[in-house]
Amino acid sequence: MSNPSVPPPPSSDPEGGSLYLRGLKCRECGRIYDLLPVHVCDFCFGPLEVDYKYETIRAGLSRESIERGPKSLWRYKALLPIVGEPTAGLHAGMTPLVRAERLGKVLGLKNLYIKNDTVNHPTLSFKDRVVAVAINRARELGFKTVACASTGNLANSVSAHAASIGMNCFVFIPHDLEAGKILGNLVYKPTVVSVRGNYDDVNRLCSEIGAEYPWAFVNINIRPYYAEGSKSLAFETAEQLGWKIPDQVVVPIASGSLLTKIWKGFQEFANLGIVKENPLLKVNGAQASGCSPVFQAFQAGRTQFVPVKPKTIAKSLAIGNPADGYYALDVVGRSKGQVEAATDPEIVEGMVLLAETEGIFAETAGGVTVACLKKLAQKKAIRPDDVTVAYITGNGLKTMEALTGFLPEPVGIDPTLTSFRKIVNPS
Amino acid sequence: MSVLIRIPTPLRSLTNGQNEVREAGSSVREVLDNLTARFPGIGERLMDEKGELRRFINIYVNEEDIRFREGVRTTLKEGDEMSIIPAIAGGSR
Repeated sequence: MSNPSVPPPPSSDPEGGSLYLRGLKCRECGRIYDLLPVHVCDFCFGPLEVDYKYETIRAGLSRESIERGPKSLWRYKALLPIVGEPTAGLHAGMTPLVRAERLGKVLGLKNLYIKNDTVNHPTLSFKDRVVAVAINRARELGFKTVACASTGNLANSVSAHAASIGMNCFVFIPHDLEAGKILGNLVYKPTVVSVRGNYDDVNRLCSEIGAEYPWAFVNINIRPYYAEGSKSLAFETAEQLGWKIPDQVVVPIASGSLLTKIWKGFQEFANLGIVKENPLLKVNGAQASGCSPVFQAFQAGRTQFVPVKPKTIAKSLAIGNPADGYYALDVVGRSKGQVEAATDPEIVEGMVLLAETEGIFAETAGGVTVACLKKLAQKKAIRPDDVTVAYITGNGLKTMEALTGFLPEPVGIDPTLTSFRKIVNPS
Repeated sequence: MSVLIRIPTPLRSLTNGQNEVREAGSSVREVLDNLTARFPGIGERLMDEKGELRRFINIYVNEEDIRFREGVRTTLKEGDEMSIIPAIAGGSR
């Protein structure tokens, strides 16, 4: 295989005089690293996370400064890990926070909101947030090629963003993805590599490829930067609620990164004085029963999870060995939240319920979130008055297969009024 | 009896640059104990203060994650291959 990329420059002023970024820090042992494309601590193999200069950020950040910013996630740029101005992915974020009265009525929740990332730009999932951050950072670090290991949505977003700025692109996906997610890569003309294995196999392969090729794997060597993009879901939620932190959030768990970063986003806003802390906030996780390592650990009261072999229609959540599983368990535990799991039929039911009550067509992961929200409400883990936000992270048009056989057929008629009256016969 | 151990890049400075070493032992624990005795410094990288395998290190025996078997108590036989893989890289087979 030829190598279309040129190596990134070595650590030539990697920080670029950043006002807000101090470096990378190991989440396990605290060792400090430069702002390079590295993601694992050399010493203990723990994951690296961006270390911010919060004192400097605090001095320049206010509700007003945010409100003056662009109508995208870049209004929170001070808390996102790029050094210069963004030059790609300019329209991701600021998706609607929908007051879900009709769904709330069904579930017995009076203050329910849906954070609707089914309409994120450009590829209709929350991955547009993380990729917007990752692609800018990859460019800053001098990469010419971006890549990813993906269950589908991430590959779509990486492909689209790479196309928009003419970067080389390789996306690696499991061979059995939904047609919409495969097409949603191909149209942008990246190299789509379909791997005969599950996501965990793909991810492991990509870490080996990443060691050989000088590419920006957004969720591997760029992961510390990439993952921070998810915090914008917390920032937007707080702003859209009128600068408040909700009482309950329900977040789907794949790698576990999204859940931990939503928590982190709320913590950062509270610590910086942008919003008042809400000690009531509970972070709840949602998994598919067919791939529920975090749910199983939570149920058993363990702080460590045991990997599983995924078998679920919620393919975007089918990660049996979640990279941030430990941290997701930790956040759920610390916030006194819970983890729930939904079977395949419950997932479909959740998708349909969300669509018929709120007019929002979510992918299977959204069905998982709604089904788990329903369980949490039923067992009063979420009380009727709690201000609750459910994160709907991807679009149903990408996972249409899941609904095959579950919806009524269209009513067929002849093109005559008589036929309409006879067959449709509206009351 | 010995097995082949694949050493990840960050630990090769502790194995004199070798990417593969052979070590005796009938279980993963025994092999790791022998490895750490032979290469000083590698122990603190693989084990925490309590002597437990660090949680972001995965061990594979013949490409299977030992968490699907019996963890460090997983028994080994002649010709087995063991890989030490950073967990953040993900992957399970």
